[in-house]
Amino acid sequence: MSQLEPFALGVIDALTALLMMAVDLLPEHLAAPFEYRFMQRALLTSVLVGAICGLLSCYVVLKRWSLLGDAISHAVLPGVAIAYLLGWPFFIGAFVTGALTSLGIGAIERHTRIKSDAAMGLMFTAAFALGIVIISKIATSTHLLHILFGNVLGVKTSALVLTLLASVVTLLAIWLAYRPLLLYTFDPQQAQALGFNTGLIHYGLILLLTLTIVASLETVGIILVVAMLITPGATAHLLTDRFTSMLAISVAVGVTSAVVGLVLSVSLDVASGGAIVLVASGLFLVALLAAPKHGLVARHWRRWRLNRAQA
Amino acid sequence: MTDPVPALQAHRLSAAYHQQPVLEEITLSLPQGQWTAIVGPNGAGKSSLLNLVIGSLAPLRGDLRILGQSPAAQRRAGNIAYMAQQEHMEWDFPISVRDTVLTGRYGLMRHDPLWQRLVPRRWANPSHRQAVEAALEAVDMADYAARPIGELSGGQKKRVMLARALAQQARILLLDEPLAGVDPPSEKLILATLERERRAGRTIIMVTHDMPSARVHADNVLLINRTLVGMGAPDEMLSDAMLARLAVGAPEPARGGARVAA
Repeated sequence: MSQLEPFALGVIDALTALLMMAVDLLPEHLAAPFEYRFMQRALLTSVLVGAICGLLSCYVVLKRWSLLGDAISHAVLPGVAIAYLLGWPFFIGAFVTGALTSLGIGAIERHTRIKSDAAMGLMFTAAFALGIVIISKIATSTHLLHILFGNVLGVKTSALVLTLLASVVTLLAIWLAYRPLLLYTFDPQQAQALGFNTGLIHYGLILLLTLTIVASLETVGIILVVAMLITPGATAHLLTDRFTSMLAISVAVGVTSAVVGLVLSVSLDVASGGAIVLVASGLFLVALLAAPKHGLVARHWRRWRLNRAQA
Repeated sequence: MTDPVPALQAHRLSAAYHQQPVLEEITLSLPQGQWTAIVGPNGAGKSSLLNLVIGSLAPLRGDLRILGQSPAAQRRAGNIAYMAQQEHMEWDFPISVRDTVLTGRYGLMRHDPLWQRLVPRRWANPSHRQAVEAALEAVDMADYAARPIGELSGGQKKRVMLARALAQQARILLLDEPLAGVDPPSEKLILATLERERRAGRTIIMVTHDMPSARVHADNVLLINRTLVGMGAPDEMLSDAMLARLAVGAPEPARGGARVAA
């Protein structure tokens, strides 16, 4: 890990330099805030988080895992609190409780008569409550607010290194396991029949989801991260009938909302997490209305033409 | 000359779903290269037998061999192609007809060299694309290859799912109700395609409710109602007397009559 650090810092500097070349193309008053180091860090974090959330959100949307994403993100809170108590890096605790909760949900589902939505609701509220109780004992309310709602302007270098690492792992995993993941998402029974280890794929995908959530904590916070895991994928699903295009569009939506939301939050002086999610929701609304094939306008237009042709 | 290994061999095979027995003490052997129709009432365990082969159901007791080996080994070797009933499919999935059929090759792609698995498929092993195009031709869906799968009619979707199973070029085809909810032209086309596959030496194991087609095309008929009621030539098995026995084959489990009859 410690040998990795200088390497990761070098990569971060290189990526920041690349981003700044793009920022230099912006008009003066928009580009000005990015002269500050903390703004550059916030920008890079937003781009990375937008990208990996965009990728994962395609699987979340197609697999109907929205509630699971919500559950894992809430379950991360006690991990953050316990790590804080023990003086560990927050992401280790977050990852452990997030992963444990998803395992617990699976166990309840399989071994009792409780249905999956109840199992999820039960597990994540319990974990979240535990987190609230611990934090209320040990930390200030500002600290709690930052965990719950994110604070991208205060991202530390260590958190940025984690986000970078999570992005690399997610990208590699989706590239190397592209086909098994696609087949498992589309038709798990077929994946089983072709001899794929569906249990491994299932839990691998859940671990990727947990990793992405942990990496996004500082940017959008526990409460809103699930929006970044649903909205980009849902927007892309309205715009295309190809899985690869869906991945690309979803990443574009994720990155655009993260960056535009960051800029808006600075210029309007509002919470960054909320601004990012509102931009994403706005993009979804545009797609919902105006998507060429699956949008509401196009659907009504087709129905109207059909009715007129029959009349 | 020794007999070739059977395509499917079960010995006292039992299985249960949520503690409810679905198959009890099934012992049978299906030779390679034949077309077998599995017939029985709803909930009789016909699909469960296929699920045991594809691994989505684990046997409770007994032994199941595919081509002389464990089902898991044969699945990994790519020898088992499976076409599901498709009632739980998400047809909204953003995937084209061609890419759907290509997923049938995903198992075989594991045997490609690593670099071919990591590049876009226009640079990868061309045999996969050829198999996909041939399978689409075989079910007369080549004109629809670029269409999203969700835009097709029910019969067309069945033909695409059959094409996916064909593209795998496996030795054994497992088909769960391939003719259910299919329009007459699609039914004719599916049966003709399966006839060609049998002539090519493949083993076909098909769960069906369609007696006329089983009578005409199958070499063997298996009558299953939780237990194995009968197995033999279609004319014999699909007689009124046998079908009457099939209907009462396994009495209500609650009465405990099954044990008496057994």
